[in-house]
Amino acid sequence: MPDKEAPQLLVHSVKDNVGVVVVEGLKAGTDALCVVTENDSSFRLTVKVDVPIGHKVALVDLKQGDTAVKYGEDIGRIVAPVEKGGHVHVHNLKTKRW
Amino acid sequence: MMKNSELKFYGWRRENGRVGVRNHVVILPLDDLSNAACEAVQNHIKGTLALPHAYGRLQFGADLDLYFRTLIGTGCNPNVAAVVVIGIEPAWTGRIVDGIAKTGKPVSGFAIEKNGDINTIAAASRKAKEYMQWASEQKRESCGIKDLWVSTKCGESDTTTGLAACPTVGNMYDKLIPQGIYGIFGETTEITGAEHLAKKRAATPEVGEKWYRVWKAYQDEVIEAHKTDDLSDSQPTKGNLEGGLTTIEEKALGNLEKIGRECRYIDVLEPAETPSKGPGLYYMDTSSAAAECITLMAAAGYVVHTFPTGQGNVIGNPILPVIKLTGNPRTVRTMSEHVDLDVSGVLRRETTISQAGDALIEHVLRVANGRLTAAEVLGHREFVITKLYRSA
Repeated sequence: MPDKEAPQLLVHSVKDNVGVVVVEGLKAGTDALCVVTENDSSFRLTVKVDVPIGHKVALVDLKQGDTAVKYGEDIGRIVAPVEKGGHVHVHNLKTKRW
Repeated sequence: MMKNSELKFYGWRRENGRVGVRNHVVILPLDDLSNAACEAVQNHIKGTLALPHAYGRLQFGADLDLYFRTLIGTGCNPNVAAVVVIGIEPAWTGRIVDGIAKTGKPVSGFAIEKNGDINTIAAASRKAKEYMQWASEQKRESCGIKDLWVSTKCGESDTTTGLAACPTVGNMYDKLIPQGIYGIFGETTEITGAEHLAKKRAATPEVGEKWYRVWKAYQDEVIEAHKTDDLSDSQPTKGNLEGGLTTIEEKALGNLEKIGRECRYIDVLEPAETPSKGPGLYYMDTSSAAAECITLMAAAGYVVHTFPTGQGNVIGNPILPVIKLTGNPRTVRTMSEHVDLDVSGVLRRETTISQAGDALIEHVLRVANGRLTAAEVLGHREFVITKLYRSA
């Protein structure tokens, strides 16, 4: 697959509302190629802030109390609002366990 | 995927029929007090391997049972050709020797009381020399893939492990379990958030219920009993957080990618318990701490370990070769000496999971045939005993 554009974001499932940055040095304002690994579909998303490799980006506007979904599954509760293209991590996402 | 006829390796077939991919002569301390004598024998007799550890005194009940199972299992592992056991006193030393002797491999015990370190070291060194020369003449033979026992556990995970390295291991299991290998996964706390999925991956509802009881018992008896917060300082770890993992649920879902899409686990094992239900995938109740978990899997008889990492865990084991794979290009760049297999092409969509799985199978066979892993060459020999509670 040599000619394929490498994605900046990978998303596990079409049900997910967060995606993972898979390149180093992703800058705010990047029009990122997002690929959904379960069905190879793709879309574009403008990333709003600098996000390190491995960290998550909101694919839609998320409000306090929403459930973050990754792998098509519940990965915790949104505790502070985050806009589409924003960084999702410990400052706005918490476990529902323990 | 390689043809079935190519899925072969050269290993040492031991007296009990199991096959090893390493040929260690181990100097095994019964207890913390005997580490010094074991290390002296290792220094004296070149090529032997001492396994110093921190425990073995005043343990009791289930903790003592686990302790003996771990030490005896380590000696029984087919990657070990012969064993010299040294203990402070002869009774428990003999219990370890008798346990290992059931495999038919050469094993002898030496006790320090009434002899002192120096006489013990002299006698144990003579036996270790004999074993080392004997082991050096044991020959490898051609073995089918079904003689290979391959374990897995991941560490310093990040979001790339769930996207690339863990599904690569899962793909390997989906291809090799039907060929008759033994597989195993564990990490009881790190299934939290994916327990509904893990339970469904059991071969039968009864095995699924057994798994769920083990998972729930740890939640209730250990976490709820001892926690002082939501464990966010420990699970996910600081390295996990740096790598972008935020919650235990997210970590668990990535972790479970290691068992692929097709295979089903056929039994749930106690820590360090040897599988007894024939070939297939097993679950073992283990800690998620890498050295503890891999030590238990080695004690259960596994001979090659596959270890997905994201941020770059450097773990090894003295008797079980640990193959590290990562999909994180930053880790490949900054920690290349620790990486056995680079699967970062999966993130760039240059490599499919199935291609990465094939590359891992090929690498597992190379390591089984004698290629040293990064951890072996770098001298990582983390041998860590799981302890259930304080000694008496």
